[in-house]
Amino acid sequence: MRDRPLSLYGVTLTSRLLAGTAQYPSPAILAAAVKAARTEVVTVSLRREAGGGRAGDSFWGLIRGLGVKVLPNTAGCRSVKEAVTTAQTAREVFGTTWVKLEVIGEDDTLQPDVFGLVEAAGILVRDGFSVFPYTTEDLVVAEKLLGAGCEVLMPWGAPIGSGRGLNNRFGLKALRAHFPNVPLIVDAGIGTPSHAAEAMELGYDAVLLNTAIAKAGDPVMMADAFARAIEAGRLAYLAGPMEPRDMAEPSTPTAGLPFGGAVRA
Amino acid sequence: MQIRVNGKALEVAATTLAALLNELDYEDAMVATALNQNFIRKADRMTTPLKDGDAVEVLVPKQGG
Repeated sequence: MRDRPLSLYGVTLTSRLLAGTAQYPSPAILAAAVKAARTEVVTVSLRREAGGGRAGDSFWGLIRGLGVKVLPNTAGCRSVKEAVTTAQTAREVFGTTWVKLEVIGEDDTLQPDVFGLVEAAGILVRDGFSVFPYTTEDLVVAEKLLGAGCEVLMPWGAPIGSGRGLNNRFGLKALRAHFPNVPLIVDAGIGTPSHAAEAMELGYDAVLLNTAIAKAGDPVMMADAFARAIEAGRLAYLAGPMEPRDMAEPSTPTAGLPFGGAVRA
Repeated sequence: MQIRVNGKALEVAATTLAALLNELDYEDAMVATALNQNFIRKADRMTTPLKDGDAVEVLVPKQGG
């Protein structure tokens, strides 16, 4: 079975792994990890210039050299106003209408303020942005984000940076079933390649992660591991996994069992 | 005139946003600007006046997740 390529706001992608660029031990390791991950989209941010240096220029030069598409985020924004202004500044600096929209509502879990998220998404869509909302697995919020004009949804797996995997597998499965034709990306909380494979097996279209690669003992090797796991999970989804059963079922044929199969000793 | 730039109080001579970037040696850097929480396009910096107490943000590309 041939897979159809992933299409996000009209952009066709081969890779189903979107990667963050933060927390790497060095720019060289970041660059090598992005290559090893075979990723085509990386997330970036905007922060205050500190000390009149040119650190921003050199980081942007590195990213441009990788030949990948950038997805600027509004990480850390806690209000609609902050998120909208950050998105507008990012559009000018990075030259893209794509934005990963975060409106953070709670410090311990960094969970989205979904009310602010829906409001900011509507403002940005009307302003011409292609919004990738970082949201929860809540179906009603998802409906409202789509109503606001989002064409992609990015529910969390677990709190940002926690590495705990898919906290609400049932909820994510329900979201997938409810919106069969909307590109869904699990964003945040992925810790290991098996978590990413699980998301893909559920039928998610892609995975976005950062810390799990950047903070690995060997980020480049881990990037490769994630690329393979995501490919394996996607293949498994397309292949159609078996349904789990409560009781054992022999896999070896029972017909023709030697000794009549009657001995229970 | 005293304004805040990236959260720090500064005494500046510039009376426009463009002049401020020049004064702070940002003019050729890749930066985006906001004034009092509103985005100001690069093309509008020359015609954006500054007044005492304004809060300016000068933002640059950074790593992100």
